[in-house]
Amino acid sequence: MSEARIVIVGAGPAGVRAAEALVNHGLAPIVIDEAPAAGGQIYRRPPAGFARPARVLYGFEAAKAQRLHAAFEALRPRLDYRPDTLAWNVSEGSLWTQRSGTIERIPFDRLILCTGAMDRVIPLPGWTLPGAFTLGGAQVALKAQGCAVGRRTVFFGTGPLLYLVAHQIAAAGATVAAVLDTSRARDSWHALAGLVAVPTTALKGAWYQLDLVLRRTPWHRGIRPLAVMGRDRVEGVRFRDANGTEREIACDAVAFGYGLKPETQLAELAGAAFAYDGAGLWLPRVDPAGRLAPNVYAAGDGCGILGADAAELAGRRAGLAVAADLGRTVPPREIAGIERRRSAIRAFRAGLEVAFPTPTELAATLPDATILCRCEGATVGALRTVANHKDAGEINQAKALCRVGMGRCQGRVCGFAACQVLAAARGVSVEAVGRLRAQAPVKPLPLAARLP
Amino acid sequence: MTGTMATDVCIIGGGIAGCSAALHLAKRGISVVLLEKGRIGAQASGVNFGGVRRQGRHLAEIPLALRGRPMWDRMVDLVGEDCEFRATGHLRLARDPADMAALETYARDAGALGLDLELIGGNELRRRFPWLSEVPVGASWCPGDGQANPRVVGPAFGRAARAAGADLREGEEAATFERDGKGFRIATTSGLAITSRALVNTAGAWAGRVAGHFDEPVPIHSIAPQMVVTEPSPHVIGPVLGIVGGALYLRQIERGNVIFGGGDGLADIATTRSTVLPRNTVEVGALACRLIPHLARLNVIRVWTGIEGEMADVIPVIGPSRTTPGLFHAFGFSGHGFQLGPIVGVILAELIADGTTPSPIAPFDIGRFVG
Repeated sequence: MSEARIVIVGAGPAGVRAAEALVNHGLAPIVIDEAPAAGGQIYRRPPAGFARPARVLYGFEAAKAQRLHAAFEALRPRLDYRPDTLAWNVSEGSLWTQRSGTIERIPFDRLILCTGAMDRVIPLPGWTLPGAFTLGGAQVALKAQGCAVGRRTVFFGTGPLLYLVAHQIAAAGATVAAVLDTSRARDSWHALAGLVAVPTTALKGAWYQLDLVLRRTPWHRGIRPLAVMGRDRVEGVRFRDANGTEREIACDAVAFGYGLKPETQLAELAGAAFAYDGAGLWLPRVDPAGRLAPNVYAAGDGCGILGADAAELAGRRAGLAVAADLGRTVPPREIAGIERRRSAIRAFRAGLEVAFPTPTELAATLPDATILCRCEGATVGALRTVANHKDAGEINQAKALCRVGMGRCQGRVCGFAACQVLAAARGVSVEAVGRLRAQAPVKPLPLAARLP
Repeated sequence: MTGTMATDVCIIGGGIAGCSAALHLAKRGISVVLLEKGRIGAQASGVNFGGVRRQGRHLAEIPLALRGRPMWDRMVDLVGEDCEFRATGHLRLARDPADMAALETYARDAGALGLDLELIGGNELRRRFPWLSEVPVGASWCPGDGQANPRVVGPAFGRAARAAGADLREGEEAATFERDGKGFRIATTSGLAITSRALVNTAGAWAGRVAGHFDEPVPIHSIAPQMVVTEPSPHVIGPVLGIVGGALYLRQIERGNVIFGGGDGLADIATTRSTVLPRNTVEVGALACRLIPHLARLNVIRVWTGIEGEMADVIPVIGPSRTTPGLFHAFGFSGHGFQLGPIVGVILAELIADGTTPSPIAPFDIGRFVG
């Protein structure tokens, strides 16, 4: 009898721990990853030849990063590991990949999607100027290449990443011109009950904020960003402070974001059902073990944002679920231990949502002339026009009529804000306008790529 | 929704043909209720390639295509927007001498019907269209053909029909049909009941079901033509391209995206789901690169398909029912109904209001499948 073919997409915290659980049960998965080295976004490794120590790259998380990298290296002999490989479709019981111009169809018995997350973006005037980055993009430049995105950078938005990346850029020697948080100080106090569920992580967050104060970095809470300014590139940021006063800060780069959103395209193509989370995101429905659709599993931030520690646990849980579903014996105690730790992280995460609420109203109040979909150059006003004058009440219908979300990224960047704009223009809930349907390829696919 | 509505005409199916019929009936002061089970222009009318083409059609369709062509120039007057129609010309490529001979025969036959085509040899072809590879040996050129954006055409006709007074209902699926001495009684799955004097079947891939209710079975099956769009690149490909045999059709829009199609995915009318087969995408992409080498530098950003009805003889059914007075059909456009949709609506309005049409529709009679 031939061994079941198990394919894991993603070699971040969830994917690595899923692979480990399978190998521990004598199974040998295929691991597909877009990056050249395992670790995911959070524990991304620099290219060969870069010799920056883990302590510098990962800060407080250095030990976790090194443990994950070491775990993966130990698994390598038992894995069919395929780095630099794009998984672009799930169809006909197969995963479709592309690497260096070669397309492959990989039929699977079981598929585990560990596709992670990306920045949640809310556009504003000037956000497409050179020098404007997402928080995650700024962090990737730093981790992968040791580059700061500017000499004087303003960080704005909200969420833990706002403080982490500002801290990392400052520690790397660049100037943090200001940190502008849309959440208010009192939001943090309201969140305490949840945050104490994982006190070590809460303390790290507090330390990043304290570090800002020690460095005398201008720090405002309860702000509303108004515009990224500049003619040909970023020259400053205009915002309204908590007292309602408009202010400007000069800078040569901005990094902004409002938390993360899951990467769900492959899950959708694999047949996932989706549920609205009540806060602007549609999440694939999974059972506690990560079962998503027949023979398809998902784990990590791709199912909803819980962070890297939870992703490691969910990955292990999904790996064990596959092993159990293939007839291997998994001790219930092991599952119970994972679930206990996951529920503590969920409580902490709920606290974070209170501490850093997503300012969903920002998109709805953007000026008409603001670029909403940067791939297609479609404005907020174009979307409002089809909502008001062409009776487009659903986001895919609106996309067809005004091109928002129709470009290279297929709405991965603008989709969140586009739904907010459409819902406000129609006077309905965000849930009522639906979600952008995923279509293959989930990322651009070279037309020259060929099946062998 | 529940309740009973009385109307002159009930139309089943809100594609371009159905919405154009609603528009032209309403303009004549005839009351219309249109039932669309999903959204206006969402299936074959909205997800097709977007070619507005006369050449290459079955010769029986040429008179309709010729009559319909001026409507595309008047879209702004007709529906309030140009629907991105551009008369870019259509170039039909031959890859070998046998294909070229087929183009020569077709040009002679179409010319006799009033469609003038120019035959172009290989050298002249590459002089005029230098982005083509050495693969095509010649082509047939139809300068008045062109392209439009299918996603906006159906909704534009729908809005115009509403503005003219037609009552278009989305999310209303006709479930039962009855005919009595006075007319039709239609009930939807949501409980809406409609009585009408005439009934129009423009239900696309689902039209066989409607015809079946009136003991008029037709050989129709569902197809899912596959489409691809690339990222934008400099706009160099002016005309719409086709090739003899139909394995590829391709155009570049002014924004720079290249859109092409070829091959069939999977269609399921029971669930209204259609699926792209990735292998077709890759193979059609390879053919596109063989004909236009610079495409090999581009990325595909999206693929799609949708559900269309195809007749056994690959030409549509247009005209009155043979079993049921007051019932009119227009369906089964077999993957080439986009250009015809607007004029078919005019013809349906003529059949209902005038009892006759100047267009020669005999070849599309549903009676051709009997016996």
